Amino acid sequence: MSFVRPQFRHPHLPKNELGYTTREYEGSLSTLCAGCGHDSIGAAIVQACFEMNIEPHQVAKLSGIGCSSKTPAYFLGNSHGFNTVHGRMPSVATGANMANRDLIYLGVSGDGDTASIGMGQFVHAVRRNLNMTYIVMNNGCYGLTKGQDSATADMGSKSKAGSVNPFEAIDLCGLALELGASFVAQSFSGDKQQLIPLIKAAMHHHGFAFLNVISPCVTFNNNVGSTKSYDYVRQHVQATATMDFVPPATEITTSYAEGADANVTMHDGSLLHLHKLAQGWDPSDRMSAIEALQRSRMEGKVLTGLVYYDDKGKDLHDVLNTSARPLNSIPMTELCPGSAKLREINAGLQ
Amino acid sequence: MLPTNTKDPEYYHKVVDCQYACPAHTPVPEYIRLIAAGKYTEAYIVNWESNVFPGVLGRTCDRPCEPACRRVRVEEQPVAICRLKRVAADHKGDLASYIPQGPFPPNGKKIALIGGGPASLTVARDLAPLGYEIHLFDEQPAGGGMMRTQIPSFRLPISVLEEEVGHILNMGIHTQFLTYVSSLRSVLEQDYDAVFVGTGAPRGRDLQIPGRNEAAKNVHIGIDWLQSVAFEHTKQIGKRVIVLGGGNTAMDCCRTARRLGGEEVKVLVRSPFAEMKASPWEKEDAMHEDIPILDNHVPVSFIVEDGVLKGMTFDKVHAVYDENGKRSLVSTGEPHVRVDADDVLIAIGQENSFPWIERDLGMEFDKWDMPVVDPTTYQSTIPTVFFGGDAAFGPKNIITAVAQAHQAAISIDLFCSRKELRERPHPAVNLVSQKMGIHEWSYDSYVTVDKRFVVPQADKKLTLCDRKMEVELGFDEATAWKEAERCLNCDIQTVFTEKLCIECDACVDICPTSCITFTTNGDEADLRTRLKAPATNLSQSLLVSAPLATTRVMVKDEDVCLHCGLCAERCPTAAWDMQLFSYYTAKAGA
Repeated sequence: MSFVRPQFRHPHLPKNELGYTTREYEGSLSTLCAGCGHDSIGAAIVQACFEMNIEPHQVAKLSGIGCSSKTPAYFLGNSHGFNTVHGRMPSVATGANMANRDLIYLGVSGDGDTASIGMGQFVHAVRRNLNMTYIVMNNGCYGLTKGQDSATADMGSKSKAGSVNPFEAIDLCGLALELGASFVAQSFSGDKQQLIPLIKAAMHHHGFAFLNVISPCVTFNNNVGSTKSYDYVRQHVQATATMDFVPPATEITTSYAEGADANVTMHDGSLLHLHKLAQGWDPSDRMSAIEALQRSRMEGKVLTGLVYYDDKGKDLHDVLNTSARPLNSIPMTELCPGSAKLREINAGLQ
Repeated sequence: MLPTNTKDPEYYHKVVDCQYACPAHTPVPEYIRLIAAGKYTEAYIVNWESNVFPGVLGRTCDRPCEPACRRVRVEEQPVAICRLKRVAADHKGDLASYIPQGPFPPNGKKIALIGGGPASLTVARDLAPLGYEIHLFDEQPAGGGMMRTQIPSFRLPISVLEEEVGHILNMGIHTQFLTYVSSLRSVLEQDYDAVFVGTGAPRGRDLQIPGRNEAAKNVHIGIDWLQSVAFEHTKQIGKRVIVLGGGNTAMDCCRTARRLGGEEVKVLVRSPFAEMKASPWEKEDAMHEDIPILDNHVPVSFIVEDGVLKGMTFDKVHAVYDENGKRSLVSTGEPHVRVDADDVLIAIGQENSFPWIERDLGMEFDKWDMPVVDPTTYQSTIPTVFFGGDAAFGPKNIITAVAQAHQAAISIDLFCSRKELRERPHPAVNLVSQKMGIHEWSYDSYVTVDKRFVVPQADKKLTLCDRKMEVELGFDEATAWKEAERCLNCDIQTVFTEKLCIECDACVDICPTSCITFTTNGDEADLRTRLKAPATNLSQSLLVSAPLATTRVMVKDEDVCLHCGLCAERCPTAAWDMQLFSYYTAKAGA
């Protein structure tokens, strides 16, 4: 068994504008099961950060507990990381974000960490529009404890042992929409062509960007009858549109022969170039997004792609009018002016 | 692209770059693994089967395998394949149970071998165990040919040569040394079923420029001089020596001259330093022994005063290349350079020579007066006469001579069995999974980042005083193990089974050298640009699968695959497997 990845890399690996190859964005060797969808998502994060020319030290990756939450060890090895208590990643992310708004916050969670133990935290991060990317690696089961159905397992989905899930699934995208999330997308770990632009767009988004990624558990939930298996998802996937992420001041080079197109401009001038839009769907219309989600669910399909996008909302910093400067760059005398100042403030309130 | 036909043994063979580059196709990674396991005798035998002279070649081979080593495509230096071979030879145990021991039941056929060098000896080794009665003729007092006469003892100790020549001659070969064959007709008139000509390229080229004849006493043809030194007829040389030429013979001449009293030995060569024919390591060894190499010097004349050689004059040139890359050496116009010398050794090439083959025997000769030899069967236009080694297609090297001689032996055996010579026997190939358990392989898949280890040398003060003292000491066992671990095990193939693949991308994500891509199919030129890392090395193949469930194909660029096995370790369905590919070229009697 290999515990380390060989150090040699392809001698002609492409370099980004910073002069880095993907190697600078890698982490240590994964200890997840062979073929786990989570590893593909990790690789997509590596590729997205590489392509966006992100300085690794500008990223803070946070996670809770679970297979998904182990993955930050396997990507962005040169970034900041915080592995929190189970389901408590949103509060640590909130604290970190409030203290330093200059970093890019990337939260990684799983269906258990988000839809069960962490649900109470997750919903508040969404409704506060915390400026972060929140990726759920959703495999519909508790892979770390031998594959019991999770809260996102679809009703009727069959487990590896043969039992059928009798409960309604929590639709995390629907929930996020309901709570006013400003960026909602859904994808599949086996489709990097779609996943990478979505991660890029999510990380560029100013506000809470939610990305639910179906990520098959090869060991416990890749059987016939499961609705989260590679085969099932591939057969039932239905995209809202094909999306390219076009960074600011970049020419659109991709062109398509036919179909409806739409361009969505992001706050920083980036462009989401959408093609082959699903009928009746408008990414900026919350109603149509909810409808698209519900319809595909009724049809037994897995809707992927960008679901909803709104950049007009205020993020938590804007609402709370917090310091523009990271707290760690503010001198101690200013950050903590002392008891005399406190007395002065208290006196002013009496 | 169409799915790669991995059933064709040549596909995986090509992935084993070292073995593929070796003229004899010695299974290099296999014997390196045996060395790492301390199984020196077995490693030696793997070599011996294929290249006949592991001890000799472990010191003197031209190493076509090393520039081909995949390691040079991911770091700077190849595995020291050649010197690892020597380790096997140095540390081997008793060979008796591995080497065929005579007497062999005779098959009634009689073969004559003309010449006692590597080619003839290889034919003897291949045919003797099959029951052929073999008669070997050589003008020298002992076997080995150029390995004995042209390679100095400080590179190849005579004991090493004698041992390996002995393995063959002890198979019951009838040797007739000190016998110069002066007539092929007389050989053909005897009752041999076939004749093999392995007479090498025995004639050293001369240089006819002004003063050559006057200086004759102190001007020597390199290979003749080396031979004379080997047989101890020549024991000294002047203090100042010029060696002309830029090949390995020139390097042997200058280093030998340093040991016979040459104090100021210089090599002068026409071509630029980088284009010299000598192997880089031989040039290094010469320079290490304080021998300057003066390049871009074209000999003009010998300076003879009072009937005594005083030196030579040279014209300084520089290389000019035309649009086809053809080189011409153009004089710089500077005044001629004078180099003083007491002796001059001419090592500017050697050629074949067949004064002993009568031209009315019916053997066809080409426009260069060389016998016409079939490049596949090594048969001449006289059906009973076969050629091999330098005698067949001009001077190359020992390993090429061995490879050709194997083919000639196959032909002779087919010929004597009245079989079709063009129906060549196939190589023996096999493909076996190396899986020992979950994520466990039978080979050491860890990829070390160690740089190539340097072979230690004996002190120059000692070696320059003793012509027979070997300069290279060889790796000790500990260093040999570390060097062996540098081998990437390219013969352990990444075998892909489409129908098992679920396209989870795990292999794509884990591959350290970005070899694997799943994409829509296209023609080769197109695919090469669309891979995860561009596949610009056109000499390396793409492994393309049949279409998968999503209609995409798996494309693997073989170029910089480390054979680390991670793709197979991360594959949940064993669609990737690491399988040992063995490839043994056919031998006579197979």
